[in-house]
Amino acid sequence: MQESGSLFGRVTRLAENISDAFAFPLKLSHYVELVNPLWTSHDMQARIVKVWDETATARTITLKPGKNWRSFKPGQHLRVGIDIGGRHFTRTYSISCEPEREDGCFTITVKAIPNGFVSNHIVRQLKVGDYIPIGIAQGDFYLPDAQPVQPLFITAGSGITPIMSMLKSLDAEDRMPHVTHIHYAPQQYDVIFAKQLAALQKKYPRYKLHCIYTRDPGGVDTPEGLKNQHFSQAQLEKYCPDWQTKDVYACGPQPLLDALESFWESQGLRRRLHTERFRAALSVSTEPGQTGTVNFTKSQAQFEGDGTTNLLRLAEDAGLNPTHGCRMGICHACDSVLKEGCVRDMRTNELMREPGTIIQICVCTNVGNTVIDEA
Amino acid sequence: MAYPSHLSAGEIEEFGREMDAIRNEVMDSLGEKDRQYILSLIRWQRSMALAGRIGMMLSLLVSPWSELPWAGWPAFLVLLLGGAALLGISKIIENMEIGHNVMHAQWDWMRDPNIQSNTWEWDNVCPSDQWKHSHNVIHHTWTNVLGKDPDVGYGVMRVTGLQKWHPQFLFNPVINFVLMLMFQWGVALHDLELDKVGKGERSVESIRPMLRRVGWKVVRQLRKDYLLWPAFAAAIAFPVAMLLELNAAPIALAAFLTVVVGNLVANGIRNIWSNMIIFCGHFPTGVHHFTPEEVEGETRAQWYLRQLLGSANIEGGKIFHILSGNLSHQIEHHLFPDVPSNRYPEMSQRVKAVAHRFGLPYNTGSFTRQFGTTTLNIWRYSLPGGSAGH
Repeated sequence: MQESGSLFGRVTRLAENISDAFAFPLKLSHYVELVNPLWTSHDMQARIVKVWDETATARTITLKPGKNWRSFKPGQHLRVGIDIGGRHFTRTYSISCEPEREDGCFTITVKAIPNGFVSNHIVRQLKVGDYIPIGIAQGDFYLPDAQPVQPLFITAGSGITPIMSMLKSLDAEDRMPHVTHIHYAPQQYDVIFAKQLAALQKKYPRYKLHCIYTRDPGGVDTPEGLKNQHFSQAQLEKYCPDWQTKDVYACGPQPLLDALESFWESQGLRRRLHTERFRAALSVSTEPGQTGTVNFTKSQAQFEGDGTTNLLRLAEDAGLNPTHGCRMGICHACDSVLKEGCVRDMRTNELMREPGTIIQICVCTNVGNTVIDEA
Repeated sequence: MAYPSHLSAGEIEEFGREMDAIRNEVMDSLGEKDRQYILSLIRWQRSMALAGRIGMMLSLLVSPWSELPWAGWPAFLVLLLGGAALLGISKIIENMEIGHNVMHAQWDWMRDPNIQSNTWEWDNVCPSDQWKHSHNVIHHTWTNVLGKDPDVGYGVMRVTGLQKWHPQFLFNPVINFVLMLMFQWGVALHDLELDKVGKGERSVESIRPMLRRVGWKVVRQLRKDYLLWPAFAAAIAFPVAMLLELNAAPIALAAFLTVVVGNLVANGIRNIWSNMIIFCGHFPTGVHHFTPEEVEGETRAQWYLRQLLGSANIEGGKIFHILSGNLSHQIEHHLFPDVPSNRYPEMSQRVKAVAHRFGLPYNTGSFTRQFGTTTLNIWRYSLPGGSAGH
């Protein structure tokens, strides 16, 4: 960001404003996009330069970011936009490579989850040469810059991605500390980055990796087998006897992180546990007529939704005055953004629960609890 | 009496259900192909705008006063007017097929942050938010209802015999012509309801913030077309003229004026074309108008019926439909304002069939017929009288 006071900053901004004035109401960047999407400033895009299958269901996508990309801390994540069937979806993925890469590219490693249609699209349909919109890397899941940390990594499945970024960065910077890493996976060929982890183990005897497999190769997942391999204090004591002194960085599915959090809490060491949650963005679908609390973020108001009256009417009964027009779903003056929860379009009984969906509050009602950014 | 008398209330509801079914079917089938349509349209339109402006710059190289070997009036005018035409067509596409439709939320389903009805600002002196109010909310809700729909005559003309005649309407033909040349200015002032302000029904205070907003838009549009691009041309012409050992200052001025004229032509092309197409939407012979009493307690099905009766289509080929922003399918646009416009042609076949089965009129005709009767009507209604049933 240019400092507002510096002469260079002011001159550059003036030049930008003048060149944008030639393109009003668009910006110069919109025309630059016709030539090279990576040169835009109104939007940041990345080009897919390589795809590589890590396991049967996980793929690493190498991306070359646009010109306003900033470097990231290992462990951070970014939002990517994926277009499927004409619709735009936003998902967040951890960056799986080190920021020290010389080619200016970065990678995400996505696992296709059974009912996840966005993850399946990313893993199977995105091809080299495609452009996707991206956000800047963000997140607070990273190792401290200066303090010496002997971390304990606990990961499961695709939760290994941010940790891989950390490990690669530590390797590139030649400052690999004593690391204990417990990783859960179905079997050895399902371990994402297996070969790279083996190479790290070979290079650094002080990097101790313990993979816990929930079944044998060629075998079947049995409930008993899974039960034996879940996180437990016994496992912890076995693989990391001095766990009480360690800073723990954990990433994986909800049940694992919940178990870790409650355990570390019970030991009074909650502060030493850092987790990165891959939150599910979708809420549970429910029956029509489901009551709940409706939250309008801009007015900071909350009121009861009966699941049958339209949201505009409910808001007005609660004393609010949302922007609206025709009150019958034609003019879109009441368009609002669904942030959380589920709404039903009363004209078609369609349920909408994707965060970011634009809904017309004059023809939609809540299904359970909802949070809405009103017009 | 504007509603056809042969349909009972129940039959009108059936008609409404058939319209709903067509709408739902199309909305459910929206997908990647539709997205590619609007994306490639935007790419084409922006490329044409750039090419048009570059074309006008290149015309300076062959301008009669450049004294270069291939210069001369024919080459100069071809490049200048060709560039202006390209820019004018790009403005037409941006205003009609892209901007107007994006602002109708037709493409919001894509959730593309760059193509959103609430943020799209169109290449026109009218601010987008005021357009969305006067058009999406007022015109589409109160279509052809006298006294409620400001598009019935735009506050300055008499377009149906149901409007009470005043001597001011003798100027219909003049106002029609001026409005055609300056159409984007009429659009810019539309939401201000100046006719009501003039009659004292609306206070000047209430339109002051809106005027400021219009001023914001006007300044940036005028600056772009009549200051910055001409200045850019002059800035290039000056050193080039010096290199060619010509009189630099007058040549720079000529370059400035050339681009001003080119942009005037481009904006004029957009004004004239969009005016012609838009007037064909509700002014051809056969279109129905309604009184506020008639639409009291209107159901959704009756709203559909009023939209069908109050609109008129224009026949044409694929390119014509795109250039008219699919307002050649005015009926389908009024029935389904938030359905992506690329679907209107296929929907019109179905709407036509439904109208036929219910014995309802479906007003369509050639451009000559629709624009011809529009113009004749505007002339005719400048005089008192007129069919009370129109």
